[in-house]
Amino acid sequence: MKFGILINEGPYNHQAADSAYQFCKAAIEKGHEIDRVFFYHDGVNNATKLTEPPQDDRNIVQRWSKLAEEHSVDLVVCVAAGLRRGIVDDNLAPGFRISGLGQLVESGIRSDRLVTFGD
Amino acid sequence: MEEDMSGTVKKFAFINRKAPYGTIYALESLEVVLISAAFDQDVSLVFADDGVYQLKKGQATKAVGMKNFSPTYRALEGYDIEKLYVEKESMEARGLTTDDLIVDVEVLDAAEMAALLEEQDVVLSF
Amino acid sequence: MQMLHIVNKSPLDRNALDSAMRMAKPGSTILLIEDGVYAVTKGNKAEGQIKEAMKNCSVCALWPDLEARGMQDTVIDGVKQVDYNGFVDLVAESKSVMSWL
Repeated sequence: MKFGILINEGPYNHQAADSAYQFCKAAIEKGHEIDRVFFYHDGVNNATKLTEPPQDDRNIVQRWSKLAEEHSVDLVVCVAAGLRRGIVDDNLAPGFRISGLGQLVESGIRSDRLVTFGD
Repeated sequence: MEEDMSGTVKKFAFINRKAPYGTIYALESLEVVLISAAFDQDVSLVFADDGVYQLKKGQATKAVGMKNFSPTYRALEGYDIEKLYVEKESMEARGLTTDDLIVDVEVLDAAEMAALLEEQDVVLSF
Repeated sequence: MQMLHIVNKSPLDRNALDSAMRMAKPGSTILLIEDGVYAVTKGNKAEGQIKEAMKNCSVCALWPDLEARGMQDTVIDGVKQVDYNGFVDLVAESKSVMSWL
């Protein structure tokens, strides 16, 4: 089955990004496909390579990059929400790309299920 | 990666349960709704809980220094987005009637709303 | 399976659970995750509501979230506990998904 994921909250501040990641990981392990993860609202902050969490904490941004690299997950950051919050190509972590809101609607159309994580 | 999706029409519901201005969700939700119009899908907007406040007439944001985006709800018709639903219980719990709202909506009680939600293919909540 | 309703808010903090229960069609499934899991613990103010909901709906909770919060031993009888694999299965088996953010 093909899943689309929408994340509305930034990393660390809210559990949404953690829950979404655990969901994606489990889905992939079960043989499903994560069609796209779309980052919206403060969720765009999941994409900044400037993130430096303490060493004993999880690195949420790198975790997404690794998922993209190993499983070809399309990580899309909303351009308008990103610009509002200073997330631009210059500070984007590997595996993420910036695009328009149409990518979210498109993901809703072509995935079998779209799951939203947020506050 | 691009597939031909022409002809695929899904039922999309945008769920608005948050008040405007206090957080950005209402405004950014509206931005997605406007984009969705370009995809020729069967779009419904649901206003429940504090989301009903998004439609309150008379919003004047000058003094808070924020953009008043409430006129956009009136422009939705021009995008062929005409299915706006308000949950009756939520509206009444806030002391509002349809006369207080900036646009024409269909009022559904919770059971009717449950039936509407159950019909949807894609539910987006912000 | 009918729609899957996901609730991630503590019932004592926000009204997401109330609204989900009001607008979920009988026969649907309600999954509690994140702070939402407090609702399915014994003695919580929502206990009665959860028991009432179980008459018409299937009520599930994500155990990793229960465990993280130290609430794993107080779960109301009849609540189905799932891990992330079970979460994925619920999404796959339901005809659509709605998050009560």
